[in-house]
Order: sequence, then C-alpha cells, then structure tokens
Amino acid sequence: MGNGTELGRVRGLGSAHSGAHHWWQERLSGALALIPVAFLLASLLLLPDLGYRTVREWAAQPLPALALAALLLSSLWHNRLGLRVFIEDYAHVTSNRIAILVALDVLTYAAGLYGLYALVRIALSPTGAA
Amino acid sequence: MATKRPTAPHLQIWRWGPHMTVSILHRASGTILAVVGLPLLLWWLGAIASGPEAYATFTQWVWAGEDGNGLQAVVNVLAKVALVVTTWALFEHTLSGLRHYVLDMGAGYEITTNKRWSHVVLIGAPLLTAAFWALLLLR
Repeated sequence: MGNGTELGRVRGLGSAHSGAHHWWQERLSGALALIPVAFLLASLLLLPDLGYRTVREWAAQPLPALALAALLLSSLWHNRLGLRVFIEDYAHVTSNRIAILVALDVLTYAAGLYGLYALVRIALSPTGAA
Repeated sequence: MATKRPTAPHLQIWRWGPHMTVSILHRASGTILAVVGLPLLLWWLGAIASGPEAYATFTQWVWAGEDGNGLQAVVNVLAKVALVVTTWALFEHTLSGLRHYVLDMGAGYEITTNKRWSHVVLIGAPLLTAAFWALLLLR
C-alpha cells in the first residue's frame, strides 16, 4: 500500500472521500443558533407578560419574526445533524437505521414547513384577526 | 512493570472525571432539546398563529392549569418539571457547545484547564437555569 498521491494526502479524506463535512456543519449550525436563542430568552424575560396578545404582537414585529425564523431553521438544522449521529450510534440494524434516518429527515422538513407557515401567519396579522 | 513508557488505555483502569460527565450530558441535553424543546417551540408558534383558544390550550397544558384536578394536575406538575429540565438542557448544551469550540481550536486539553472548564459548564448550567426562572417568575 502506498501513501496515495500528494494531492490526496493534502486533502486528507482517505478512502471515504468525505469526512469533516458533517462535523463542520454541526459547528456552523450551532453557532448560528446562539444569537436567536439568546434573543428568545431575553425576550421572554423582557416582555411585560406572556399572554396571547402581548406575545402575538411581539412575534409579528420584523426583528422578533426574523429571530424566531432564524431560531427555527438553525435549531432544526443543528438538531437533524445531532440526532443523526445519535441514531447512527444506537440503531444497529441497518434497515431500522435507514428507516429512522429517513423519518428524521421527513420530520425535520415537516417541522420547518409548519414553523415557517405559523410565523408568516403571525407576521401578516399582528392582532390575530383574520 | 517498572517502565516509564506510556501504557495503553485499558478498559477497566480509569478514573471518572468531570469532562466525561460533560461529554455524556452534552448528548443527553441535546436529546432533551430534540424530544421536548423543539416540539414545545413548534407548539408555541402554532398556538400563537392559531389564536387565543389554541394559545390558552398551550398554556393550560404546559404551565398553568387553572382548574387542575386529577390527571390535569399531575400533568401540570410534570410539565413544569419538564420545562425547567428543558431550560437546563438548553444552558448545559450551549455552555458545553461553547467549550467544544475551544477544544476544536486545539486549546484547553491540559488536565487542570480541561477539568476547570468542565466544572464551569456543570455548575454554570444549573446556576443560569435558576437565574432565568428567578427573573421570569419574580419580574
């Protein structure tokens, strides 16, 4: 066995042809979630109350709406990557593993659609009146 | 064996350290956020979008059951515990994640430094959880 080509060694990917992508995305999505998480926690503390009217009018404003969308997308992305590792570690039967991983992707997609639709509804009608 | 050479790691000869606790809690807290945190966030957003009745149902189940008796009362106590545990998981996972960014840069592996920051995560998360709930409930 040789050591491969110079270029191959520089890339450092080995025979799997990939490696750090998942790891890097996990770091990136985690960092992206930091600011909207802080925004949500601060907002929960700073809002005068957490009743329906207050929360709806708050969530309909541009900055909170964007922050909630950012929270939704970054945490769903981060969650998909993290749970994927969890499933790969503990689901040992190949067919089960594939089925659960597909279910995770479908659920993530559905959750994203649901959350974004809810946020659009809120943003377009700050008072909740149709 | 009187040898100064490094010995291979052995499955049965090791001592528990705080970094191990942080490591497994990172996975545990991440799983709590996945199973409880995200569904709660989605339910909350959906309830806000749906209207006052849906929002009342959400708060009734998640936080304040007004006419709590029987099952509703039990659910309310469990839900409050779940909510506090979920906020702890958020702080634990965030602090532990920040520690990972430092470790990823190749820093913080010296045994004393590593243990110190592990302790900071383990103590910091409950403290932040307590501070958050204190601020939320006492405002």
